[in-house]
Amino acid sequence: MTESFAANRLQSTGAYALELDGVARHFGALVALSGINMRIAAGERRAVLGSNGAGKTTLFNAVTGDFLPTAGRIRFFGEDITDLPPHERIRRGLRRTYQISQLFKGLSVRDSIFLACRGVSRRRFSLLRPAAADVNMAQAESILNAVHLETHRDTLVATLSHGQQRQLEIALALAGAPRFILFDEPAAGLSPTERRDLVAILNALPKHIGYIIIEHDLDVALRVSEYVSMMHNGRLFKEGTPQEIEADPEVQEIYLGGKHG
Amino acid sequence: MSLTLAADSTTSQQNWLEKLGPGQIILAVALALYPLAASDFFLTQIGGYSLIFGMLGLSLMMLAGYGGMVSLAQITVAGIAAYAIAILGNNNSNILGFGWPWWLAVPFAVLAAALASALIGWISVRTEGIYTIMITLAIATATYYFAQQNYAIFNGHSGYTGIRAPVFWGVNWRDPRPFYYLCLGSAVLSYAAILYGARSTFGMTVQAIRDNPRRMRALGYHVTAHKVFAWFLAGLVGGLAGVLLVWFNGRVSPGTIGVDAAIDVLIIAVIGGLRHPIGPFLGALVVVLMQTFAIDIVGAERFNTLIGLVFLVIVFVSPDGILGLWEKIKPHLTQESLRSGP
Repeated sequence: MTESFAANRLQSTGAYALELDGVARHFGALVALSGINMRIAAGERRAVLGSNGAGKTTLFNAVTGDFLPTAGRIRFFGEDITDLPPHERIRRGLRRTYQISQLFKGLSVRDSIFLACRGVSRRRFSLLRPAAADVNMAQAESILNAVHLETHRDTLVATLSHGQQRQLEIALALAGAPRFILFDEPAAGLSPTERRDLVAILNALPKHIGYIIIEHDLDVALRVSEYVSMMHNGRLFKEGTPQEIEADPEVQEIYLGGKHG
Repeated sequence: MSLTLAADSTTSQQNWLEKLGPGQIILAVALALYPLAASDFFLTQIGGYSLIFGMLGLSLMMLAGYGGMVSLAQITVAGIAAYAIAILGNNNSNILGFGWPWWLAVPFAVLAAALASALIGWISVRTEGIYTIMITLAIATATYYFAQQNYAIFNGHSGYTGIRAPVFWGVNWRDPRPFYYLCLGSAVLSYAAILYGARSTFGMTVQAIRDNPRRMRALGYHVTAHKVFAWFLAGLVGGLAGVLLVWFNGRVSPGTIGVDAAIDVLIIAVIGGLRHPIGPFLGALVVVLMQTFAIDIVGAERFNTLIGLVFLVIVFVSPDGILGLWEKIKPHLTQESLRSGP
């Protein structure tokens, strides 16, 4: 039943943000990803769920080019990006966040976001100091406000709290006109209030920006996604709406460790 | 609108002067007036030589402090500029010496050094940490032996002699006072350029790559290209130092670019401190003073021991070098001045 549902989605036509055809990744004898087929429409918001070691982050790494897939092809807005280096994929509008924050400890918050905006601009090599009126500085300011870090713009990243670092992690992915974002457990280690803020930020994203979110917190994942893909042992094994997934006994067995509620 | 802009520029100018602070202004005046008080020996052998090696250290500081790439090949880069000056300009070794005027030879020499630096960078950016040090040491050593054994370009063991700083604008730049000012001008220019550049877009990208290259890739940056360009820029500073060095010595030979000299540059940068571009100049002054006067203090047989001990003490007391020492002392000084205040 699930397979036929997935097949229907595969056959449907339309502009896809991301298409994965038979993507696999092996680390020696370990099969981290196997036969992943996925079609995600432009602007679609998808959650990828699965237990630890299911291959979710490996999937992200394959899409962003942190390593190449062993087999399969990846298309981004119709363009085959399988063999492109990571920075080329980013310049086409792909962004990601990391499960463990990957930040610039020696830079200020605003400079970090400024660099994120500048990364997709032609002035990456500029030997001039950016003026206060620089377009990328202005973008950085508006992103600072969007993720509620405006009072920390001149703070050194190393001195931010964990929650603020997670906010900055998201801010970096929002910079430079993204078309599609991969969020890797953005709520990890956040307080309940910070989680609510995160949900608000994700729901406030412009409609044309689609994303995949990996999230263990089902409350967050199901509130910010329209569709859910379940992974287990490197394979996609079930797809459906948040309601279908929440009610699925097999999902509850594997993911939630038994009957729920 | 134009009024606002004018007001803004005035504010930023004031800020700039304020940022410079009394310390830097006093230092600049002292350096400018130094020739009035110093003998020829102190002008060139201490003043000029410290500034030249300070620039070499600065070229390393830029790579290591901002970029996290510790290079032992900066003396090689300077050496390439020095050899280029000997080959493109005049020398009395009866080999090559194209006789180009200084204004043509110097830009070519500096550019050659920067390109060589970029090449060394391109080879070594695949490595990190200790491996970058090892590969640049290997490149420096290989260049040293190549220069020693190649007669067609490098004139082998004896190298080139009879290279003179030019005479122009009615000034003989080889004379102690003009040469000191030439070194000071070049050093201040390099220092200011790096201080400014550290806050430029490119400067920030280099520091961000030092902190997290993976994330920089995920923001659209071609990390290798940025690192190689940083090596190119460091090569401009190193090359300029190399030109001054060959004018200072009047000669260049494989000994100029040997492993001893390569390590001296590293010691200068580490002793001075890698956190701020002023560090290498402080380090160079200490090292040059030690190398010049240690022999008078403890005699010819023990002077290296004394130099080594001083370096050990500095690094032991402050892993951040002299800059770190200053950071430790500064709060105490401020407190003292508060106590002695009215």
